[in-house]
Amino acid sequence: MTGIRVGHLYPEHLNIYADRGNMAVLERRCGWRGIGFEVLAVGLGDRLPEADLYYLGGGQDRDQLLIGADIARHAASLESAVDGGAGVLAVCGGYQLLGHYYRGHQGDEIRGTGLVDLVTEAGSTRMIGNIVLETQLDGAARRLVGFENHAGRTRLGAGVAPLGRVLHGYGNNGEDGGEGVHQGGVIGTYVHGPLLPKNPWLADWLISRALARHGQDAPLEPLDDALEVEAQRVAARIAAA
Amino acid sequence: MLFPAKARLAAAAAALSRASGRGGGTTLPGRLLLGMQPDAIERLAAALPQGAVAISATNGKTTTAKMAASILSPPLRLCRNAAGANLSSGVASALLAGRDAELGLFEVDEAALATVAPALRPRAVVLGNLFRDQLDRYGELELIGARWRDTAARLGAGSALVCNADDPLVASIGRDHQPRMWFGLDDPALALSAMQHASDSKWCVRCGGRYAYDAVYLGHLGAWHCPACGDARPPLDVAAREVRAEGLDAVSFRLDAGDRSMPVRLPLPGLYNVYNALAAAALCLQLGCDLERVRDGLEAFSAAFGRFERVRMAGGEAVLLLIKNPAGGNEVIRTLAAGSGPTTMLLALNDRIADGRDISWIWDVDFEQLVPQIGRAVCTGTRAAEMGMRLKYAGLDPSAIVVDPDPSAALAAIAGEPRSYLLATYTAMLDLRRRLADQGLVRPFWEEAA
Repeated sequence: MTGIRVGHLYPEHLNIYADRGNMAVLERRCGWRGIGFEVLAVGLGDRLPEADLYYLGGGQDRDQLLIGADIARHAASLESAVDGGAGVLAVCGGYQLLGHYYRGHQGDEIRGTGLVDLVTEAGSTRMIGNIVLETQLDGAARRLVGFENHAGRTRLGAGVAPLGRVLHGYGNNGEDGGEGVHQGGVIGTYVHGPLLPKNPWLADWLISRALARHGQDAPLEPLDDALEVEAQRVAARIAAA
Repeated sequence: MLFPAKARLAAAAAALSRASGRGGGTTLPGRLLLGMQPDAIERLAAALPQGAVAISATNGKTTTAKMAASILSPPLRLCRNAAGANLSSGVASALLAGRDAELGLFEVDEAALATVAPALRPRAVVLGNLFRDQLDRYGELELIGARWRDTAARLGAGSALVCNADDPLVASIGRDHQPRMWFGLDDPALALSAMQHASDSKWCVRCGGRYAYDAVYLGHLGAWHCPACGDARPPLDVAAREVRAEGLDAVSFRLDAGDRSMPVRLPLPGLYNVYNALAAAALCLQLGCDLERVRDGLEAFSAAFGRFERVRMAGGEAVLLLIKNPAGGNEVIRTLAAGSGPTTMLLALNDRIADGRDISWIWDVDFEQLVPQIGRAVCTGTRAAEMGMRLKYAGLDPSAIVVDPDPSAALAAIAGEPRSYLLATYTAMLDLRRRLADQGLVRPFWEEAA
């Protein structure tokens, strides 16, 4: 069976909320099914490699600045990769970099890739806490649980769809009830925790999509997700409390 | 007595709090007192004949303070805050309770240092280390660094800084301060082959370049320099050299201070404890202790609350280990990884405020390296299932994982084991200890600092 390849962008800088947990989940869930898995780290100044999925985590302010300057080089190649069917998963600070810009408190701006029509501006307070959203990503109504911690208020352009609707928590801006963004193969979200361990269906959705690029459309072999489901149930209960 | 009526009222609250069984009264009296008398810390600290010292760090505050106490007392009568009661309220409570003390010795939360340290007008402040910790509560590492920098600038020459030279962010804070003492580790044989992924502070504080290391000892601590601007680890005033682990029982090293040196056998394991011992040694040397007294105090040390503390249980022994952030967790695991094969472990993960509501940090802890040492894992706490799931993704067979959120049931599940390890976050450790105390196996935590 063919494998999938993930381009992990700036793992040394964008890793603040245990982003490597997301990689571990993709790798294990491929491994348990005998699917090959390769991850390529992309650092400052590196060329963007071919991949089925690109992953962007979140960083501290200074790292975001540094990356914002570098990632602009990849804007065009990321866009053509996405046009060619590659996926993008961007979490927290990485999510903000999907948009046109992030504007800080002093009006200082970090340019993003502009891959998605969205902008982010710093608010005066941080939006911190457990979060639950409902999404229709794979056709059925699904729940996503995790933790959010961001000062940025993200607003989507006209016609751009959020990833889901907030059931508990703040989401994109704490006002419009939307969380994250979903545009074709591109997913951006503020949900960390990390994102994938407690939401294994999303990990599988990303894996299926990556495999489909290699002509493999068969449904994934199901796994025993009892611990994952229980961890999600507990997280959702705590978020609702 | 400076304000007797208010102090009596607040002290009565402590007795009430203890009597109600709700805790040790380790913060409530201080909170009440500060409400009535906002400058209570200034006034009580000023009355201590030998002044006060403060110890702050992301990791190791409690152990360092306890080691320093072991060196200083006796003969000094100390006033100390209880483990974890390290905000203004805890310090004020301790000052209130210890008004016949000669010296105040306080561990101070890294975010609270900016308010507590200037109020104490301390003779010395230990700046131990800065690691990523509880991002939901404190914000980013650099923010804490900036606050420490401001605090150090406000302290002035009356307060010595005792700084970890191996932590580049801490070193940048101590650099311009006098008086100041640098401590650090110097043993190339212990260096890790590469930086751990959880490492923080990889980028030069001064120029933004990437630090290079002649030796990495723990997280981002080591013999560092910046190839871009030439900044480098300062020369060490107090150093540990020739460090040798003695299994999980002890670690021995040569303690060098100026032109003197002394072999020390520290009766607890882990390189992080060598750092704690160095911090305590440097502090006490700064206060005027001689090296013999420092050695005697360190060798007589017994573990602090949940720091390799051994507890006799029915049919065996349990070792309690506090884990609260990636750097601390990784060091505990690195120490346990030297163990002698699979044992039963109890892992307790809570997500209360004192633990950090955000539990994502457990994915930055290298549980992968712990898996070969786990025979059976009993996971408990408010986030028990998440802990079990983390171990599954670390490679532990799910059939070896038991999940039970109830700490009593989890303790029952390990009863009869000849040797087990209990790894727990802060409030989860309190939950476990409360149950062990009910069985008469450990002392209540508020007696710990005494």
